[in-house]
Amino acid sequence: MELDRIRNFAIIAHIDHGKSTFADRILELTGAVSEREMREQLLDTMDLERERGITIKAQAVRVRWRDHFLNLIDTPGHVDFSYEVSRSLQACEGALLLVDASQGIEAQTLANAYLALDNDLEIVPVANKIDLPQADPDAAAAEIAQLVGESPERVLRISAKTGTGVTDVLDAIVERIPPPSGDPGAPARALVFDSSYDQYRGVVAFVRVVDGRFETREPLRAMVQGTAFEAEELGVMSPGRDPVTALGAGEVGYVVTGLKDVSRLRVGDTLTSRRRPAAEPLPGYKDVKPMVFAGIFPTDSDEYPELRDALERLKLNDGSLSYEPETSQALGFGFRCGFLGLLHMEIVRERLEREFDLDLLITAPTVAYRATKRSGDVIEVHNPAEMPVEVDLVEEPYVKASVIVPKDYVGQVMELANERRGSFDHLEYLSEERVLLSYALPLGEIVYDFYDQLKSRTRGYASFDYDLAGFQPGDLTRVDILVGGEQVDALSLIVHRDAAYDRGRQLVERLRKEIPRQMFDVPVQAAIGSRVIARETIKARRKDVLAKCYGGDISRKRKLLEKQKKGKKRMKQVGGVEVPQEAFLAVLNLESERKR
Amino acid sequence: MSPVRHLYVHLPFCAHRCGYCDFVTVVGRHSQHRAYVDALLAELALEGDVLADRLDTVFLGGGTPTLTEPEELARLLAALPDAMEVTVEANPETVTPELASLLRAGRVSRVSLGAQSFRPHLLEVLERRAQPDDVRRAVYLLRDAGLDNISLDLLYGIPGQSAADLVSDVADALSLELEHLSCYELEAKPGTRFTRAHGDELERQAEAMEGYFETVVQTLTAAGYRWYETANFCVEPGRAGGRDLRAQHNLAYWRGSDYLGIGMGAVSTVAGIRKRNRPSLAAYASAVRTDTHAPADIEVLDPETVRRERLMLGLRLDEPLALAGLDGVLDRDALHRLAEHGLVEIAADIGAGHIRLTRRGRFLGGGVTVELTRLEPAAA
Repeated sequence: MELDRIRNFAIIAHIDHGKSTFADRILELTGAVSEREMREQLLDTMDLERERGITIKAQAVRVRWRDHFLNLIDTPGHVDFSYEVSRSLQACEGALLLVDASQGIEAQTLANAYLALDNDLEIVPVANKIDLPQADPDAAAAEIAQLVGESPERVLRISAKTGTGVTDVLDAIVERIPPPSGDPGAPARALVFDSSYDQYRGVVAFVRVVDGRFETREPLRAMVQGTAFEAEELGVMSPGRDPVTALGAGEVGYVVTGLKDVSRLRVGDTLTSRRRPAAEPLPGYKDVKPMVFAGIFPTDSDEYPELRDALERLKLNDGSLSYEPETSQALGFGFRCGFLGLLHMEIVRERLEREFDLDLLITAPTVAYRATKRSGDVIEVHNPAEMPVEVDLVEEPYVKASVIVPKDYVGQVMELANERRGSFDHLEYLSEERVLLSYALPLGEIVYDFYDQLKSRTRGYASFDYDLAGFQPGDLTRVDILVGGEQVDALSLIVHRDAAYDRGRQLVERLRKEIPRQMFDVPVQAAIGSRVIARETIKARRKDVLAKCYGGDISRKRKLLEKQKKGKKRMKQVGGVEVPQEAFLAVLNLESERKR
Repeated sequence: MSPVRHLYVHLPFCAHRCGYCDFVTVVGRHSQHRAYVDALLAELALEGDVLADRLDTVFLGGGTPTLTEPEELARLLAALPDAMEVTVEANPETVTPELASLLRAGRVSRVSLGAQSFRPHLLEVLERRAQPDDVRRAVYLLRDAGLDNISLDLLYGIPGQSAADLVSDVADALSLELEHLSCYELEAKPGTRFTRAHGDELERQAEAMEGYFETVVQTLTAAGYRWYETANFCVEPGRAGGRDLRAQHNLAYWRGSDYLGIGMGAVSTVAGIRKRNRPSLAAYASAVRTDTHAPADIEVLDPETVRRERLMLGLRLDEPLALAGLDGVLDRDALHRLAEHGLVEIAADIGAGHIRLTRRGRFLGGGVTVELTRLEPAAA
């Protein structure tokens, strides 16, 4: 296919700004799907995606518009998946920047727009939802134009919902976005920008061919990982799988690999032919490492095998999920899981609960810490309970955080950022009303209810995004929680020394309320090493008797006893104390939400 | 099969159903008393084969047995087999000189009086008809008739009952110098009329009332009563001329003996079969009249369940419980853990192979029993 008849583009948009509706409209207008086949948000296939209005996995679809083939590469809209976003953008020459004309630009959009500019993409700015009565297309156009350095007149004004202006966008894609460059005669190279797992056909890679040409049955190799396989089938998505005999330079399509494990073909890798291999892979491959960790335990310890199977199956489709077995005295057998971020964690949790019908206990999320031991060894700590007590240095991951907020809330955002050990970087007026604030913040502070606090203190107006920005030393300490003198491993946490007392206090107070009184006094303590920083006592019960029991009562009393005994199976024994799972849940919720 | 030595007879009639009551009762229906006693005697004839020639105990419970038409009550007492202890439950306001002599003539040796409280405002909350003076009068009348084994029921944890109310109630009971006292915590069952009316008040009082049980036990034991069962106290043998004043009929339940129960709603446990007559007066009376068994629910107690009940009931008593009969239902680890916490004694002085709850253990008897009970047989 001639390169100048191809356009590859992505859509950058904030959640709810109408990306999926817009994509659906394109499919409809170009005849890729008939109206009968049309259903809301066709591109987002997972239930969860449709429900949350977000895209988790990138998707690609090819449509025909006039004499051109347009490849729409849908990108995940969230910071947790920013590496996948960057790979998707690298597969394109242009991007539509879609902004809700009633809302203006949000932090996430901004981050992705910068990413597109960094990748030298041609940006086609679009103001959507102009049909809404509260829409202000002129203001939105001005804001977008300023951001991408265009004139406001070049901002297209549409309503994806009614279809107004959508054909103009299609024309603009053809006119403004350059055709792919690439050398059709060079050794074949294709960028893997996404992959999925098909239970019958194995790993399916979504690729953008940069140079040369790939043919069915060709022996291939992933250049960075070295994985070798055969192209069992090549094809394009239109939007269902549509096999072709070859994919040439500039084209976007899929490769059925037959591989049984997604981790053997990572997003960002370069495919080449083993017959005439390219010398160099495409630039930019990164091995994405999980930064947020949490222990996942089945509520019913008998469900451990089910949890293991479920994680295995999720992992098939989600190469960035990591897990390893974890044993907690308090919570039993489970897994310590690594996630790209909080949303990723939430998605995994919801999928485990919904698709696999598991009842889970999830510990408070923590980040990856680096500890330098007295011996000089450096270890990475994913579980607070594993943080050595004697350390020379602890480093924690930092992020560069961007907050966009109406100017009246700048004070509140600054206050929150200061409470969370943020250091101010810069402030910029995006328009007369809206301000972009940028901070360096410890990731550990963000996983601890930062987003909820931000939303509540700005009455929901703030939008927020972050990028990982390396490790920095911190005055951090491990706080342990002891019940009946015994450490509850699942409740240990790593906090800044200044916050240790408050957090310890909160936890022991909550536990005192949640743990039922026992037959003896139970101390609940928070401690740093051997130093107790907070203490509460659960007073012993004074009475617990089955008041009366005569001939007619015996069966009923016995059944009551048996029921109570069974109820104890759901209790976890810590320091000879029965702690109901609800107590852990309440405390863990306190940790992960602290909304109440 | 060894013959059954304990007989329970249920007399369901009451003048009024009290809000907190969860017994099988029937209000009024004096016209049916004769038919009901006929039915009881018919059932006794039908089921009585299992009984020993001479019984240890007979217990007439209710309901309010003393509300039964005097003539019918006398007829019933006369027809019941002889026993060493014959107990009748009575409400204070039903006790008259005539009733007292009727009971005496009917070989009744023990009367259990449902007093509940001596505070008028608490009796009102409980919807009891007797006044405090009725209780005293009833005791004097029974004494006059020659009854030398009288028990009194007291309730604590009544909505609106202050600590001072409780102390006065216990003192009033003590002043009557009775042989036996039963003290129960009021159980407000969810969903009952009583709980709807008083649940909030009970919730508010819960913390204050935590010490009531301790007060009761301390006061009564200090006054020379033996706390021989979770909710039951009797005068020490040393102060009673060597008499064992424990309720022998109830002791049979707590020791796991077999018993036959007759009457509507009555429960029997004989040779591992528990039978509960349906709580319907009409169905009971008509079935027994036609010489068939009363409609009943049957529960077969497997040997392990029997042992589990043995543990549950035996731990209520102050006498040592033999471990020998508790294979597979006693959690040995829990036993040692609880012993460490001073809740159970396994000491040699109570006899090798026996256990007993300590004083503190008895206050926590419910929880301790749950701990000590094992549901599944130990894994091999």
